[in-house]
Amino acid sequence: MSLLEDFAAALLASDQACPAGLFSSNGADPASRFAVYRNNVHGSLINALATAYPVTLQLVGDEFFRAMAGCYVQASPPASPLISEYGATFSGFIQGFEPAASVPYLADVARLERLRVRAYHAADALALEPQAVLQQLQTHTELGTLHLQLHPSLATLDSRYAVVAVWAAHQTEGAIATLNPWHAQGALVLRRGLEVKVFAIDSGSVAFIDSLNQGAVLEKALAHALEASAEFDLHQCLALLINQAAITHLSLEHKVSP
Amino acid sequence: MMTLSFLQTPSAAQVPGLPLRAGLGLKNEHFTEVLDTCPDIGFFEVHAENYMVAGGPFHHYLGLIRAQYPLSLHGVGLSIGGENPLNREHLARLATLIERYQPQAFSEHLAWSTHGPVFFNDLLPLAYDVAALNRVCEHVDQVQSTLKRPMLLENPSTYLQFQRSTLDETDFIGEIIRRTGCGLLLDVNNVYVSCINHQRDPLTYIDALPLHAVAEIHLAGFAEDTDSLGERLLIDDHGAPIDNAVWQLYEHVLARTGPVATLIERDNQVPAFSVLLAEAQQAERHLSRGRP
Repeated sequence: MSLLEDFAAALLASDQACPAGLFSSNGADPASRFAVYRNNVHGSLINALATAYPVTLQLVGDEFFRAMAGCYVQASPPASPLISEYGATFSGFIQGFEPAASVPYLADVARLERLRVRAYHAADALALEPQAVLQQLQTHTELGTLHLQLHPSLATLDSRYAVVAVWAAHQTEGAIATLNPWHAQGALVLRRGLEVKVFAIDSGSVAFIDSLNQGAVLEKALAHALEASAEFDLHQCLALLINQAAITHLSLEHKVSP
Repeated sequence: MMTLSFLQTPSAAQVPGLPLRAGLGLKNEHFTEVLDTCPDIGFFEVHAENYMVAGGPFHHYLGLIRAQYPLSLHGVGLSIGGENPLNREHLARLATLIERYQPQAFSEHLAWSTHGPVFFNDLLPLAYDVAALNRVCEHVDQVQSTLKRPMLLENPSTYLQFQRSTLDETDFIGEIIRRTGCGLLLDVNNVYVSCINHQRDPLTYIDALPLHAVAEIHLAGFAEDTDSLGERLLIDDHGAPIDNAVWQLYEHVLARTGPVATLIERDNQVPAFSVLLAEAQQAERHLSRGRP
């Protein structure tokens, strides 16, 4: 083992062992000083998760969150110096974290918070003004073959729980008392200008937006949405995307002649 | 023996860089206040890795602030002291960021943060021997030739020493600067923290450094703990006001170097902007005493 190999392994090891070959000039036990490095590593990574997942933290409390995040740090330490990307697999870890099973919607709230961080740092793109979109929609005769390109920050989430309601209740004081988390809800996350926005949407809208994001033309996306939910309201969903300046480009499908 | 990069790039201390004034670490919670109040401050410094994102508010605000202030780009993830080769992808990201914001200075640490597949998000210590010296010099050369500019290397704060070390930290740093032509980012708080932790005299430590190469100074606060003997163990946490002992050491440095661009660092328990501005003004008073 190389010198730093030993040091690196001991930083993440679950026992409190101190690597060999270290000393303190005053003769103090090197383990008492190595603990500073161990605490710095764990503390900084747990703090990074606490910053990225504030509602997840509120749902279980600081002590529980830090213990859970500590287990995650040991299981999945960062692989990149880009700390804003750290924790991409945290929600999956929470899903399987037995002690958190009593808060079944915790993992989905973490997924939502991940999408918010992603949207915050996503690439900039000029969105079409609502008026411009409406004008184009009115001039096209073959609406079904339209491609809608959506903003790079935009993503959806489908949950068995009222994930947006739970998240929103923690943004304002006193909103938690009336909260009912036990119904399915979808989420739309996007950045408009500098602000990340979260909307509750139904499962049909999730299917519709996901289809558009995967490159489907309007009529195919509509078919997917209606498969997901017979009550899908195309008008309402399009209005949301248009009014939130989520559409960056409109184009007709180029049909290849046989 | 001098390496090629020393011949190709002028030494960092000679390049027109940051103004000889006090600067502040730019925190995202202060973006709008800085733009609204246009404080009289010499420069801002940001952690490079925080801006390695595609778009959004960080780039929006840094672009606006950069248009009004000189900028220092401070890396925390390159792992120059590591045993592994430098991460080329990360180096390319740095080059892109430098191209975009044209900072007056780029600095990194004499430390490692990545080993194998893991990034530890901390500045970790290395043994000072000839093998490590050669490795660090190669890494600094690689950074300077990729970025096409001299970099500044920051002296570390440490809590332990390696039995394997055969060189003093000051000699190790002096040799890197001599061989690579990089500049020295003298973190006065790190000097104080390390010297207390290793029972050294901070003044002797400072005087043993190649002070001609100092192109930037960092000042910060520390936390205080005790080791297994109950003796003072200082922790470089950037979470407190600058200690009086560090201000005194800063005065000693300035007497030797003359005015140097000086950054006030605060990364934890970030106070109101006005509190940081007051610390910057205190540093400016020290700087103006050294002017003719």
